[in-house]
Amino acid sequence: MTALLEVQDLKVAYGKIEAVKGISFSVEAGQVVTLIGTNGAGKTTTLRTLSGLLKPSGGRILFDGKPLNGTPAHKIVALGLAHSPEGRHIFPRLSITENLQLGAFLRKDVEGIQKDIQRAYELFPILGERRKQAAGTLSGGEQQMLAMGRALMSQPKLLMLDEPSMGLSPIMMQKIMATIAELKAQGTTILLVEQNAQAALSLADQGHVMEVGKIVVSGTGSDLLTDESVRKAYLGED
Amino acid sequence: MNTLPQQLANGLLLGSMYGLIAIGYTMVYGIVQLINFAHGEIFMTGGFGALSVYLILPDSINIWVALPLMLIGGGLVAVLIAVGAERFAYRPLRGAPRLAPLITAIGLSLALQEAIRNFYPQADKPRVFPELGEGSYEIGSITFKNADLFLIVAAVVCMTGLAFFVRRSRTGRAMQATAQDPDTAQLMGIDTNRIIVIAFAIGGFFAAVASVAYGAKYGHVEYRMGFLMGLKAFTAAVLGGIGNIYGAMVGGLVLGIAEVTASAYIDGIPGMGEFGGSSWANVWAFCLLILVLLVRPQGLLGERVADRA
Ligand SMILES: Nc1ncnc2c1ncn2[C@@H]1O[C@H](COP(=O)(O)OP(=O)(O)O)[C@@H](O)[C@H]1O
Ligand SMILES: [Mg+2]
Repeated sequence: MTALLEVQDLKVAYGKIEAVKGISFSVEAGQVVTLIGTNGAGKTTTLRTLSGLLKPSGGRILFDGKPLNGTPAHKIVALGLAHSPEGRHIFPRLSITENLQLGAFLRKDVEGIQKDIQRAYELFPILGERRKQAAGTLSGGEQQMLAMGRALMSQPKLLMLDEPSMGLSPIMMQKIMATIAELKAQGTTILLVEQNAQAALSLADQGHVMEVGKIVVSGTGSDLLTDESVRKAYLGED
Repeated sequence: MNTLPQQLANGLLLGSMYGLIAIGYTMVYGIVQLINFAHGEIFMTGGFGALSVYLILPDSINIWVALPLMLIGGGLVAVLIAVGAERFAYRPLRGAPRLAPLITAIGLSLALQEAIRNFYPQADKPRVFPELGEGSYEIGSITFKNADLFLIVAAVVCMTGLAFFVRRSRTGRAMQATAQDPDTAQLMGIDTNRIIVIAFAIGGFFAAVASVAYGAKYGHVEYRMGFLMGLKAFTAAVLGGIGNIYGAMVGGLVLGIAEVTASAYIDGIPGMGEFGGSSWANVWAFCLLILVLLVRPQGLLGERVADRA
């Protein structure tokens, strides 16, 4: 069986500076795979390339069996790849409902969209209570919920989350992580980029550690959690 | 001397024209942060497009039958030029330093002016434009002509239509998303290039409507008319808060009314006797802009740029 996402020797450059220097990994349907690593390692660059916002300078991306190289971002969503970007990027002057509707921009099934919006409100009740409010008025954690809910509205085959817990209070962080666990239990395939390596690895089936544009260690979540070098570098132990 | 209600009505009419043109500046700026300084000339070509349609039609035609055809013809010309400018002049410069598209816009303005002056028959002088009939009406102390009636109706229809389009339609929603965060809009599946083209097209069409109104109101169109009208409409867009479509409408009306009332009444203020009349109107218009920007740098309805994602 081929993987849902297959990344082969991917390279991405900003001008002459190569930020991703040939990485390979795959994500199987139903899995949660995490990319961890220090700031500037190239995780965001990787996700932005997968969703088509950046063009790769080398390598191959196969999604659902189809090569993605050069496909524009707005067409990649249609193939079933959703991206909740770093920094959340909700549409601040649109309401919560409108943000969710935009997540379903390419869908035509009006009733299904309505149902999924209701489901997002069940997953995140606070969003339902404030549905008419401008999204910019939400707290950071609430904006993160909205960004995740919005990404789910496209009914993706693969959900990419970039630093969903960034800048959140410990309680909010826990809540977001619990939601990701819940999505996993429902069978959602997730590619998760996280600063909070402990939480991400506990959830993940597979993990990859990135350092300056390369994957330096790979393994199952639990392997990496017990790997000494990983514990030293990313889990704050010495 | 005109009465105050008449002056206000004149200001409202002029302001509607500014507002219609200002939409083109503000929508494009709101989405791609580009000041399309060729927009004044796009306005001008719309008028010549409409005039061409009028000249092709038989002389006996009823002007109210000709008017919609002129709007379609002028609109088509202005939309094609606006969309063509986006596709072939501005799009290749996306990501280039801001000066590059600005210089391109100025070059395009000159090219359009010279093209009309040299290649449109007898366009080196103002060309007579049909005035939409002789009719004139009175409400109280206000007198207005058919051309004024057309301008007001067209402005109201265009503006409310645009407000509904942006707020209610799927494409309008996508337009708002693109203006607020273009990368993320793409992640929603929005083809942002298409949205940019639509913004240029709407701006071009509204400018053509304003141009037909201008021709009908003043009885002529001219290859140079886009310069001052464009500058004023741009002023209106900045005054109202560039990027905000309601700001363009409000800015246009405020500017039009301020300009007309200032030229009519400012010489009544002791010591200001020399500064009345239409020759000073532009000075007051730009003074108003400076005053407003001193107090509210983001314009009347503009949001602080900092909250742009
Ligand atoms: N827009 C950009 N232009 C130039 N360099 C960039 C840009 N974005 C990121 N980089 C550089 O690319 C490298 C990887 O960044 P990024 O992918 O954001 O890392 P991470 O998400 O792992 O923190 C860093 O060295 C960063 O400075
Ligand atoms: Mg990052």
